[in-house]
Amino acid sequence: MARELTDTKEKPVSAVTGTETIRRGPAPGRVGNFVFKGLSSGAGILIVVLLGLVAGFLLYRAIPAITATRDQLEAVGFMRGESLLSYVLPLAFGTVLSSVIALVVAVPLSIGIALFISHYAPRRLAQGLGYLIDLLAAIPSVVFGLWGLSFLQPRVGPLFEWLSTNMGWFPPFSGYLGPAKNIAIASLVLAVMILPIITATIREVFLQTPRLHEEASLALGATRWEMIRQAVLPFGRSGIISAAMLGLGRALGETMAVLMVLAPGFLVNFYILRPGQHQSVAANIANQFPEASGLGADVLIATGLFLFVLTFVVNLAARWIINRRAEFSGAN
Amino acid sequence: MKLARTRPAKTAALALLGAVALTLTACGPGSVDDGGTTGGDDENTSEEGGAELSGTLAGSGASSQENAQNGWMAGFTEANPGVTVSYDPTGSGTGREQFLNGSVLFAGSDAAFDEEELGMASERCLDGEALELPLYISPIAVIYNLPGVEAEHINLTPQALAGIFAGEITTWNDPAIAEANPDIELPEITVVPVNRSDDSGTTENFTEYLSAVAGDVWTHGPIETWPIPGTVSGAQTSGMIDTVSSQEGAIGYADASRAGDLGTAAIGVGEEFVPYSAEAAAAIVDASPATEDATDKRLTIELARDTTESGTYPIVLISYLIACDTYENEADATNVAAYLSYIASPEGQDRAAEPDVAGSAPISEDLRTRVLAAIDSISAAS
Repeated sequence: MARELTDTKEKPVSAVTGTETIRRGPAPGRVGNFVFKGLSSGAGILIVVLLGLVAGFLLYRAIPAITATRDQLEAVGFMRGESLLSYVLPLAFGTVLSSVIALVVAVPLSIGIALFISHYAPRRLAQGLGYLIDLLAAIPSVVFGLWGLSFLQPRVGPLFEWLSTNMGWFPPFSGYLGPAKNIAIASLVLAVMILPIITATIREVFLQTPRLHEEASLALGATRWEMIRQAVLPFGRSGIISAAMLGLGRALGETMAVLMVLAPGFLVNFYILRPGQHQSVAANIANQFPEASGLGADVLIATGLFLFVLTFVVNLAARWIINRRAEFSGAN
Repeated sequence: MKLARTRPAKTAALALLGAVALTLTACGPGSVDDGGTTGGDDENTSEEGGAELSGTLAGSGASSQENAQNGWMAGFTEANPGVTVSYDPTGSGTGREQFLNGSVLFAGSDAAFDEEELGMASERCLDGEALELPLYISPIAVIYNLPGVEAEHINLTPQALAGIFAGEITTWNDPAIAEANPDIELPEITVVPVNRSDDSGTTENFTEYLSAVAGDVWTHGPIETWPIPGTVSGAQTSGMIDTVSSQEGAIGYADASRAGDLGTAAIGVGEEFVPYSAEAAAAIVDASPATEDATDKRLTIELARDTTESGTYPIVLISYLIACDTYENEADATNVAAYLSYIASPEGQDRAAEPDVAGSAPISEDLRTRVLAAIDSISAAS
C-alpha cells in the first residue's frame, strides 16, 4: 500500500481529477483507498453480523421450545405428543432424502447439459442455451410449485403407478396411491429447480479446461468422448462437487415448491411413492406457522435452527471435500 | 351548530380547490395545506355522519374469512371512502396473537380465545373486555371427485363419512355408501380421503362433527392436526381443492364457498339427507346453545352437531370477529364499531352470502340484535 501511495505521488497527472498536472498536498488516492477499504471491510463484517443475528434470533426464540418439558410440548397440537428431537428427526430425514434424490437426478443431467454447451454445441446455440438455463434460475419457486402441481403431477402419476405395479417388489416403489403427492415428485420439482445453478457452475468450470490438456489428449488419438474423460472431467471434478453442494444448499432450504406438491407425513422410511410419508423442515414451517402461536411457534423456530445447522454442516462438508481435492483443480 | 352545518360545503369547496391545485400543479404548497387541514378538523368535529369517518383499520386472522372480508371491506369503503380497511389472512392463531400484541385493531378467528388469551385480551383492551362475535357462519362442504356420477349430491350417513376418513371404507361402491344411494350407480374405484396438511380450523370443525355424530367410528376425537399417517393431503383450502380435483375418487372437506365444480355430499341428519345451503347452516346455529363462559360481549356458541332437527346442515364453521370494547383513541373505536356494525347489518351479511363473495350463511335477526348490543359498548378510553 505504501508503495502504491508513493507511486501516485510521483506521477504528475492525477487520474482522479485529470485536469491538474502537478499536485501538492496529500496523495489523491488516499481518500478513495480509505473509503473503499471501509466499504469492503464493512460489507465483510456486515455479513458476519447478519449471520450472527439470524443465528442469535433462532437460538433466542428456540430456547423456550428446547427447554420446554414434555408436558408443555404435549399441548402443541401438531407435534402429536412427540419430543422435540423425535419431531425434528423425521423432518430432517425428509429434507435430506428429497434433496439427495433431487441431486441424483439433477447432477448427471447438469453435467450432460454443461458438456453439451461447453464442448458439443455450435457456439451460437451454446450461447442461447446458456441464457436459457440462467433464465430458469430466475423463476420463483412458487411458480415451480404451481407447475409441479398442475402440470407434472397428472403426467407422472401414471408413470408412478406403472412403477408401483411392475416394480413394487422393490420396497421404495411399493404402495403408490394417487394423486402423486409423494416425495418422488417433490424431488423431481426440486431437481428442476436446482438444475440451473448446478449447470451454470459446471459449465463455467468446463470452459476453463486448459486448451493444452484437451489438445494433448486429442493429439494422442483420443476421441472426443475420451478427451472429455481424460481432460475435462478430472479438471472439473471439484467444480462439479461444489456445484452439487450449491444445488444441495438450495434444495435443503426450498419451501414453497415442496409445500405445494407434497402431502406431508412424519415417518422415516424410503417409500418414495407413497403419500403422507415425509416432510421437509422448511415446508413444515411454512405450513404450520400461520396457525401456530406461543410454544408451537417456538417449536417451529427450533426446527428452523436445526435446518440452519444442517445447512451449515453441509456447506462445511462441501468446503472440506473441495479443499481435499484441491490437487485436481486447475490451480496447479 | 350553525357554523358546523355550513362547514361541509366549505370543506368540499376547499378540497376541490386543493384537488384542482394539485392537478394543475400551479399553486404553491400553502393552499393545498389549507384544504387538508380544514378537512382534518371537520372530520374530528362531526362524527355522526358515517361518511365522515377516516383513518386506517387493520385486521388479520382466519383465512376462512378472507373472501367475506374482501366483500365487507369493499362494501364498507364504498360508504366510508375515508377509512382504509385491511385484512391480512394470516390464520386464526396469528390473527389472535397480532390482536393481543396490539399490531391490529381487530382479528378474525375460527376459534374463541382460551383462558390464558382472555387474560391477555383484557390487558390489550385497557382493562376492558374482548368482543367475540360470530359473524361469519360458513357451511363446510364434503367435496368429492366422481366425474362418472351424474346425481347432484351423494348421500352420506355420518357413519359412512367417518368410515371413509378413518380409512375403513376404501371403495366407492361399499355397502355403507350404496345403501344410502339406491338411485345412484357408484363406481368401483378407490376412495382417496384427502385432509388438510396444515393445522386448520376447518379440520377441527370437521373432526369435531365426526366425533360428535360417529364417535365409535371416528375414534381420534376433535383435532386440528390430522391424526392418521400416510394420507393424501393438501396445504390450505386451495391445496385441498387442487388435490381433490386432481384425483378421481378423492373426497375432502372445504369451505362450501370454495367447492366450485366438485360434487358435494348431502349429509345424513336424523332420517333425511341435507345438502349444504346457507339456510340450513344458519338453522343449526340458531338451534345451538351458547358456551358456558359466554357473556353479553363474547357471544361464543356451542354447536349442536348431533342435532336431528329437520333442515339443518350440521358441518358448519363459525368464525368470530374479535375486537376490544375499549380503544386508546376515539378514531379507532369509532372505526371499529362502524365496520363491525356494517358486517352485522343485513347488507353486510347478504354481501358475504353472495356465492361469488363467500357463500356464507347470514346470521339470524335474534343474533344480530345481540351482536349490535355488544358493538354499542365499544368506546375510547378517556
